Amino acid sequence: MLKKEIKQILRKSKQWGWVLEPDAQKIFSLYGFDTPKYSVAKNSTDALSVVRKIGYPVVAKIVSPAIVHKSDVKGVVVGIKDEKTLLATLARFQKMEAFAGMLIAEMVKGLELIIGAKNDVQFGPMIMVGMGGVGVEIYKDISLRMAPLKNRDVDNMLNELAARKLLAGYRGEEAVSISALKKTILGFSRLVMEMRDFVESIDLNPVMCGAKSCVIADARIILKN
Amino acid sequence: MNLKPLFEPRTLAVFGVSATNQRHPANVIFEKNNHRYPVEVFGVNPKGGTLHGETLYPRVADIPKKIDLAIIAARAEFVPAIITDCIRAGVKAAAVISGGFTEGGRSDLQERVVAIAQEAKFPFLGPNCLGLYVPFRVDTFFLPIERMIKPSPGNVAFVSQSGGILVDQMIKFTQQGVGMSKAVSIGNKALIREIDLLKYLLADPATKVIAFYVEGFNEGEGREFVLAADCSPKPVIIMKAGKSEEGHRAVSSHTASLAGDYASFAAAVAQHNIVEAANEQELVSFCEVLSSYTQPIDGKIGIITGSGGHGAMAVDSCAGAKLTVPQLSQMMQADLRKKLTGNIRSIASLSNPIDLTGSAVDEDFVTCAKTLSATREVDCIMVLLLPYLPGVTLDIGVRLSQVQKQFRKPIIAYIPHVEKYNMMIDGFELNGTPVSPSIEGAVQMAKALARKKPC
Repeated sequence: MLKKEIKQILRKSKQWGWVLEPDAQKIFSLYGFDTPKYSVAKNSTDALSVVRKIGYPVVAKIVSPAIVHKSDVKGVVVGIKDEKTLLATLARFQKMEAFAGMLIAEMVKGLELIIGAKNDVQFGPMIMVGMGGVGVEIYKDISLRMAPLKNRDVDNMLNELAARKLLAGYRGEEAVSISALKKTILGFSRLVMEMRDFVESIDLNPVMCGAKSCVIADARIILKN
Repeated sequence: MNLKPLFEPRTLAVFGVSATNQRHPANVIFEKNNHRYPVEVFGVNPKGGTLHGETLYPRVADIPKKIDLAIIAARAEFVPAIITDCIRAGVKAAAVISGGFTEGGRSDLQERVVAIAQEAKFPFLGPNCLGLYVPFRVDTFFLPIERMIKPSPGNVAFVSQSGGILVDQMIKFTQQGVGMSKAVSIGNKALIREIDLLKYLLADPATKVIAFYVEGFNEGEGREFVLAADCSPKPVIIMKAGKSEEGHRAVSSHTASLAGDYASFAAAVAQHNIVEAANEQELVSFCEVLSSYTQPIDGKIGIITGSGGHGAMAVDSCAGAKLTVPQLSQMMQADLRKKLTGNIRSIASLSNPIDLTGSAVDEDFVTCAKTLSATREVDCIMVLLLPYLPGVTLDIGVRLSQVQKQFRKPIIAYIPHVEKYNMMIDGFELNGTPVSPSIEGAVQMAKALARKKPC
């Protein structure tokens, strides 16, 4: 059963056709996934107080019901280390269409993966795992399965990726915690099955995977019409 | 829904048989079943009359016998009333051949027929289909008997959304010596869907392999279908058309863009123990090999041939199909070399592929097949035969098939398919060993065996 708060968010978001990022992050943290520390600021006083709690460096992202693809409009700034850049970014975001705030989140490190879902007309919820980041659709290093996933399905999916060598720690890089990654994917598969009546597709991109955990650094939930 | 009367009817009513127009599809169906199959056939025409001295009945209720299967080739607008008559007269099933329903903009007519049938739990195939063909039982295809290519009876059932592809595939099955248990055309699949036929065929003792041609599943039905196929001990093969029909709508997420209709289809079927055939050639190869061998393999291939080039080509194809061709252990090679005939003992190359050279005789092929059958180093044997070699005789097929039956390890053969070599090919196929007309095809066959194991 979906938590009441999750249902409320989904209902509220229907007017936009998708779930704004702060709400999407909330859904995932309510469901027990690792998410970065974050808060939304509308003005410079808010922004500075958020940063006092989180600490530099931070990432700033535009929150606007009119902007689904934030990177396309330069609506994501990573690695902000000082007040000057923070406030300049805020000023720029405030001029964007339907500005509803600036999401400020802690910077997380790790291998960038994508974990996604799509509600297929013929097959229902499908789960996708692959190399994440902005190049997802260029490299197309992905694996796809019908949900709900079994443990064995997840093993097979990770084995199918060209990036499996990166997961194991390529050329001295730290290996990704496979158990944390599998736990994230299986949990996501369960959540997708529960949200299947509401959701058209989901991108968790990037999911930052490191030696200890997988953190959902960005989430986009597109709702059914 | 009980589909048995559809596949095993004892009595047939053909609607729309004309007393005057011999080329009417209903007449073709009437004629080809009448006195040719073990069914009693009755013609129905509202005007009555006779055809070659046989009574045409104005209504199905006028027929003196209980009817198992109605074949309806009347105009679409008459079909709802005919179905109603059939139900009242206690007919058990129907094949609606007529077109002019959803595909012709009349989804209202189709919905009416479905509503009538559903209420009475009355199963019908179609509309807009050819119906079905069951060897030595019944044939509802409106194709003149002298022009139809009928595969020999066998254990492959093929269900097709397209009648044309079905008939075409029957020609290809015949060419390749693949026998069929049932051929079913489902057309608009208004009531009977892929899932219903899958369930029926899973329980059908005459069927060992179930193949489908699918353009698309209805909403949610793909999921139901793959879940039903997942635990099937009978291999399920699927060929899909309409793979490129996407990209026209704006997609707002990377996942929706990458997990398109076809990508989702391919992922879902592979995940659930279904073999996807990329094209007609693969479909035939897969049906042939899976009708001989149902046990999945891991995909360690042992290749026996008389030419280095054949072996090299096969190794490349195997790599592309994710099959391995493991090098044989030194011990096995030494053991094998001792058993070979004197003329090739010093020149044969035995590491895998095994190249017995052009001087090999039947006995050498049999020796190698036995040795590879007895080891765990490989789990499938591919024999790439050069039928023109002087030492290879017509007995090779039956002798290798005996090895296959004795050890129960799959053997797949390649022989070029020209008339001259037919007797050699028969030696394999009639004894249960599949033969491909190409090296690539033999590798495809092995690929089909290396499918996911049933759940």
